[in-house]
Amino acid sequence: MDTDRLAAGLHPLERKVLPLLAKTNSFSVIMKEAGLKDLEVMRALQWLQNKKIIGLNKEFREMVSLDTNGDKYKNHGLPERNFLKALEGKTALSEIAKKTGLEREEIGISIGALKQKAAINVGKEGSEPAAEITEQGKALLKKEWLEEKFLKKTFPVDVKSLSPEEKFALESLKKRREIVKVSVVKEVIPHLTDIGKKLIKSGVKSENVIESLTPEMLKSSTWKNKKFRHYDVSINVPKISGGKRHFVPQAIEYIKSIWLDLGFREMTGNYVQTAFWDLDALFVPQDHPARDMQDTFYIKDPSEGKIPAELSKKVKASHENGWTTGSKGWQYEWSEKEAKRLMMITHDTFLSAKTLASTKKEDLPIKTFQIMRVFRNESLSWKSLFEFHQVGGIVVDPNANFKHLKGYLKQFFAKMGFPDVRIRPAHFPYTEPSAEIDVWHPAKKQWVELGGCGIFRPEMVKPLLGFECPVLAWGIGLERTIMEYYGFQDVRDVYRNDLRQLRESKLWMK
Amino acid sequence: MPTINISRKVFEQLVGKKLPEDKLKDRISYLGTDLDEVNKDEIIVEIFPNRPDMLSVQGFSRAFSSFIGHKTGLRDYPVEKSGEKVIIEDSVKDVRPYTACAIVRGLSFDDEKIKEVIDIQEKLHITYGRHRKKIAIGIYPLEKIKMPIRYMAKKPEEIRFHPLEGKKEMTARQILEQHPTGKEYGYLLEGKKLFPIFVDANNQVLSMPPIINSHNVGKISEDTKDVFIECSGFDFSILKKCLNMIVTALYEMGGKIYSMELHYGGRKHTTPDLAPEEIKLDIPYINRLLGLNLNEAGAKKCLERMGHGCKSGKVLVPAYRTDILHQADFAEDIAIAFGYENFEHIIPNVATIGQEDRFEDFKNKIAGLLTGLGFIEASTYSLSNEQLQSSRMNLKIDAIRLSNSISQEYDILRAWMVPSIIEIFSKNKHHEYPQNIFAIGRVFSKDIREEAGIREADRIAVGICHEKSDYTGIRQVLDYLFSSLGMKYDVKEILHDSFIEGRVGRASVHGKEVAYIGEISPAVLENWQLTMPVAVFELNLTGLFEAMEKK
Repeated sequence: MDTDRLAAGLHPLERKVLPLLAKTNSFSVIMKEAGLKDLEVMRALQWLQNKKIIGLNKEFREMVSLDTNGDKYKNHGLPERNFLKALEGKTALSEIAKKTGLEREEIGISIGALKQKAAINVGKEGSEPAAEITEQGKALLKKEWLEEKFLKKTFPVDVKSLSPEEKFALESLKKRREIVKVSVVKEVIPHLTDIGKKLIKSGVKSENVIESLTPEMLKSSTWKNKKFRHYDVSINVPKISGGKRHFVPQAIEYIKSIWLDLGFREMTGNYVQTAFWDLDALFVPQDHPARDMQDTFYIKDPSEGKIPAELSKKVKASHENGWTTGSKGWQYEWSEKEAKRLMMITHDTFLSAKTLASTKKEDLPIKTFQIMRVFRNESLSWKSLFEFHQVGGIVVDPNANFKHLKGYLKQFFAKMGFPDVRIRPAHFPYTEPSAEIDVWHPAKKQWVELGGCGIFRPEMVKPLLGFECPVLAWGIGLERTIMEYYGFQDVRDVYRNDLRQLRESKLWMK
Repeated sequence: MPTINISRKVFEQLVGKKLPEDKLKDRISYLGTDLDEVNKDEIIVEIFPNRPDMLSVQGFSRAFSSFIGHKTGLRDYPVEKSGEKVIIEDSVKDVRPYTACAIVRGLSFDDEKIKEVIDIQEKLHITYGRHRKKIAIGIYPLEKIKMPIRYMAKKPEEIRFHPLEGKKEMTARQILEQHPTGKEYGYLLEGKKLFPIFVDANNQVLSMPPIINSHNVGKISEDTKDVFIECSGFDFSILKKCLNMIVTALYEMGGKIYSMELHYGGRKHTTPDLAPEEIKLDIPYINRLLGLNLNEAGAKKCLERMGHGCKSGKVLVPAYRTDILHQADFAEDIAIAFGYENFEHIIPNVATIGQEDRFEDFKNKIAGLLTGLGFIEASTYSLSNEQLQSSRMNLKIDAIRLSNSISQEYDILRAWMVPSIIEIFSKNKHHEYPQNIFAIGRVFSKDIREEAGIREADRIAVGICHEKSDYTGIRQVLDYLFSSLGMKYDVKEILHDSFIEGRVGRASVHGKEVAYIGEISPAVLENWQLTMPVAVFELNLTGLFEAMEKK
């Protein structure tokens, strides 16, 4: 790379640091001379290295610094000196402690150290342990010890720079508690490359380089005949984040657009319904296991809601004996009280029932869909939620048949990115035939179950609609597809509302 | 839903044909059962509740063998008369009024077979029998019983016998209080003055349904050859179906079925009755529903693969099938036999016009405005708890409770949205500020004018949280929303315990209150351990939309 281009691209920090490198390779000197903070020097050095103007060698150094006790002893003296100073004839240890303020542990250490140097004798004063200074002790008291000299140094200190005596003192202090710390420190040593040397030689001037364009320059045309500093356009920049919709509504919007494209009308409804709409209108018998307490959230107060009088008579008959549908019904006594119980909706199908109840013969054919939250009395875990979404739809068309059901689903899933769909026999109390919907997962190379479908039973349809008509119906889970798309392993992640996750999440694009 | 574990060896014997593993898996899935696992020794399948007749290895194999075309059509189960009687006394009328009974002879039991029988019994108890409430099943070694049998009800104090797996003879009360099975199912006899029992001619108690059999007379062993079977409950036709499922399974195990005479006062019934039910087949209806063009022979072939018989336009439905209520059920059986995979995908040419719900569209537009301002959307639950909704907000609210939530974390319906937003701030303290978020969600309040007695509305909560977040900052957002909607609004100061006094107001449109707005009180922030000021507004989108529509 030619040096002119390199020179033009130098950042102000680089311009300050680079000339200094001709004189020194010491980080601290560069900081001082350039008047920069260490982070700024570091950044300049890294940029210069990226441009191959300099090389950086890493060196590891053992550095000694003082620990808590080290600081204390540096200011107040070593405990053994204070101990020795406190001795007057035979002195009881408790007396020494009182005089010096030394802690028990420090007294012990002092005795050990002083005995080793033959500076004291240990005996008893009355019944108490006591110490007495020796002649050698007195001599010692007059001298400055190696450890004391060492503590006076300016820390941190490079181990390599220590004299043999200092090293000896360091070794003895290292054995004691929290006086010195030795740590390995990484240091970068810069050196100029050939390119760098050439660059310095040709001069790194900054007078005719524009860093940023200002309104003044534009007004006064002073930018003319000057050069702009070149940027490294390939660099990484700090991240920003903006407003974004949550991925659940994003997915819902997408799915909604598919059904709208296919000519379906959107339906909405309340989350609290009577069992009548959620279950009875769907021909689910009142002793069906799905109505058990463990699956369904019931409302405490109010616990009952109103049900439509005329319609409930037909539903009752349908359950009990099939009404006029030609069915036997479930053959039991239907309870109005049970049907009035209020609950959180357990599936979106209740809305299909309501849609049927408000549809007239002349409206046909109709196609409707809904995307709703539904509720199950389950504990929150990596694989289950108590509140999640279902995508449901119906086609009410006198000419509809089972093949059309497969056709609509295939269209929908193709747009969801799953061109291969299959259905398998299943069971739902309100559809016959009933089927499970699987899609072929191209990455996992297996069939994945995503919902259920079928043709509503006449025992359900006729009371609601007033006449018999095939009604194609389906219900598809949403969260599973979202987990799939965003690579979540834990379904709770869908509603974790972690800001980082939301800020960084990709858009829903199929 | 119940799963059954069946031995592959027994299964293959019963089916009479061995399929390669991938074919086996495929066929099980398309039969209308959910395959869990196939391994070297076992097949584990989930049986759907409409087919309790498949809850035994015998029943499942029977259905499978027909489905793959090996043994198709109605199976013949010969029943001979045993001449034995069961006398049903009037006393059971108010307790557990019906029983259906049978004898099966010539069985040879080993450990595995005994386990199979117990398994069938248990699976039927749990599912079709609704945990013994609708059906309780008893199977007894015939050689220990002296005929005739009486089914009667007595005062619990007068009932004494040695219960199965019990240590000694006990009274009925003791069984309910002390015996594990008694404790588990005792509630089914709660409040009954009399308890039902089966007694033989020697006055031996056989069992006390639906609780437990006798230890002496109610336990089959490897020496048992002949068994007496009874199903007791409240609906005679269901009991008969259940009995049919059991006796046909025992027949497939090698037994011979014998009927019994049931004396209900003056009326006599004979069970089991394995005669198929005859139902006329409506082929045009089925063809219309499935989009097929089957003739009678084609329909017959399909129905035979599902174990039915066919005779001159009528379907002979096996006596153990419980799920045929309507022609639609034949349609499903025919569709299964035809193969769901063999139906084409057809997109019919039906012209309808797609239409988005206008309120949903409105909510999306509001969300669009906020994301334009740099707000991040959160998605929150509609269920919550008292602590989050009320006490942490220094507020008393009359929330709507759930009666049976399994978790205290979510046992009320959300009354307002702000706590959902504050909770998010409290969980994201370690992330970068400023934090500007919003959430749209459902809130619930009591309202007797509504069909459910509960009013539901969608609201949006918008919150800003950073060092300088304040009333002005959040008010600007509200202003921007209203001016983008071309609407005027005004704000009046109110008192609200979750907010700083003098810094909270209520916003109205055309005199209708639609929002409150303000700075959250530091006491509330402390409750949430938040160390950053928060300003919020909560806007009733349902109310606002209604107000706009009226205009």
